[in-house]
Amino acid sequence: MNQVSFWSSNLPKIEQTLGAIAIFFAILGAIFYIAGKVNGRASRPIATFIFLGPAVLLLFVGLVVPAVKTILFSFKDASSIKFIGIKNYQWIIDNPEMHKVIWNTLLWILITPFATTALGLLLAIMLNRMKRESLPKSLLFMPMAISFVGASIIWQFVYNYAPEGQPQTGLLSAIARTLGFTPPNWILNQPLNTFLLMIIFIWVETGFAMVILSAAIKGVPDDIMEASALDGATGWRLFKGITFPMVRPTFIVVFATMVVTSLKLFDIVRTVTGGNFGTSVISNEMYSQIFVRFDTGRGSALAVILFVLVTPILIYNIRNLRRERTIS
Amino acid sequence: MSKQKLAEHTPGRKLFSSKSASIVVWVITLLWTVPTLGLFVTSFRPKQDVFLSGWWHFFTSPHFTLSNYDSVLFGKGDAGSVGGVIPYFLNSLAITLPAVIFPVVIATMAAYSLAWIRFRGSDALFFFIFALQIVPIQMSLIPLLQLFTGGAHIGTITLLPKLGIAGKLAGIWLPHTMFALPLAIYLLHNFISSLPRDLMEAAYVDGANHFVVFRRIVLPLSIPAIAAFGIFQFLWVWNDLLVALTFSGGTQNISPINAKLASLVGQWGSHWEILTAGAFVTIAVPLVVFFSLQRYFVRGLLAGSVK
Repeated sequence: MNQVSFWSSNLPKIEQTLGAIAIFFAILGAIFYIAGKVNGRASRPIATFIFLGPAVLLLFVGLVVPAVKTILFSFKDASSIKFIGIKNYQWIIDNPEMHKVIWNTLLWILITPFATTALGLLLAIMLNRMKRESLPKSLLFMPMAISFVGASIIWQFVYNYAPEGQPQTGLLSAIARTLGFTPPNWILNQPLNTFLLMIIFIWVETGFAMVILSAAIKGVPDDIMEASALDGATGWRLFKGITFPMVRPTFIVVFATMVVTSLKLFDIVRTVTGGNFGTSVISNEMYSQIFVRFDTGRGSALAVILFVLVTPILIYNIRNLRRERTIS
Repeated sequence: MSKQKLAEHTPGRKLFSSKSASIVVWVITLLWTVPTLGLFVTSFRPKQDVFLSGWWHFFTSPHFTLSNYDSVLFGKGDAGSVGGVIPYFLNSLAITLPAVIFPVVIATMAAYSLAWIRFRGSDALFFFIFALQIVPIQMSLIPLLQLFTGGAHIGTITLLPKLGIAGKLAGIWLPHTMFALPLAIYLLHNFISSLPRDLMEAAYVDGANHFVVFRRIVLPLSIPAIAAFGIFQFLWVWNDLLVALTFSGGTQNISPINAKLASLVGQWGSHWEILTAGAFVTIAVPLVVFFSLQRYFVRGLLAGSVK
């Protein structure tokens, strides 16, 4: 590699990055210094404005306005010029391909949050009974640090398929063959492939659920456990009567996070199948409509559907949060 | 008697069979680790072997090579004009550092004011920000991209001039910062609102204003939560594909290593030996960050929510 051109093209990026961080803190420091001098009645509103202003502005520009705009776009044509009523939604409703996409998305949000949270809880409970838990915990959590793109390459070596007579380089195919089955072409096999993609998601996210739930279980006071154990509660009854009710709030938070993550899921489908072979989900289809077919209208309509699907979870979450706030 | 021994003697522990739990956990752990092991092993195998046999054959007939890493890092080897991924690696760093620092600072400030400078509607605002977590990022991509390239207008009135940051680093930092805020504010608010009231009030009574309290008390005490969210955001930004693909505008000069890797999957569908080395280079940084800081991760994330 040419040393000179390497630095001339990469040094500016490093300078920009460090420069931006320095400027950010310099501005912040200056504002803090000046605003700190203000005394009296104005000081409180000024402080509120300075602390909260940047976040509110960024959220408004980055999330609120775009959300409203997307809703508008969903009633416009491909290039967002004229209103076409509900035609984009009509297209989704009439298109059998889109039915498949929505069905897949529903499968994802019905299966993966339950699988990850339940498995995470099971692991957390069992880890709690182990003496040396840190090594398995780290290994189970490790996929969380791996990108979905990296994960999809990793899983290629599990799901890879070679026709009869050629060497099998996929682990799953090799296992199937050892057991005497003829392995199917995993990733092309509908609807099996959607479940295989879900396994990748579960592999990545279970560690997260486990770590959070494990900490929640450790937070259950020992004397409560002991008291109920002395009363004769064991195993399942102890779990149902004491452990689960105590970690329930955390369980719900983790579950809701998983629902949202699985709804927004994009990378796994994008990198493993590109949404082909009947595996596409709404967020992937949205990306294809907007950035591949340049149809902002249809893409936005899909975004709105996604948003509507999440709304019940949102309402449930806020109600929970409210209750928690009034208790504490 | 050691602490461990004591724990065994408490009745709550004794009732469980820790042996069967250990076995199940280790079996699952093994299942969870095997795929990554396969990637790691494959990245050291010669091309020939990768195609002719499964990676597990490495253990019976080991052929070890570093040439895959040579191709990936420095663009040498037989995979043609690979070019090396080091520039993309730097891009990832240049994207990630500010995209972690900016939202963490801005969110900590917002969380402090929502928790300790109460005003009418501060609760409602908090719930609203929490609710914004649900907005799918995909919804924001197009409008934000339009804002960056065309500015904001109502009729003929220009509200915001075009920012001209599409395809530049700032054009990636800004969306990452925006998208991180709802979760960051929620988590940090949980933590900051549980700081001892007496301590804060004593400081106010002593005449410290909010800026002093924030810097001298809130920031130092919130380090666990800040670190936890920082790690989370680091992993998120480093591993992100969607935001990078959209806002780098296909500019090679700023596209992160993860996007490069994704494009290589298409380009080198048949060069698995190199893809595995590339994947391992990509996941090495988050793995190091994760393993060295995982302690903070759990402690900080939970500090507010588990009582």
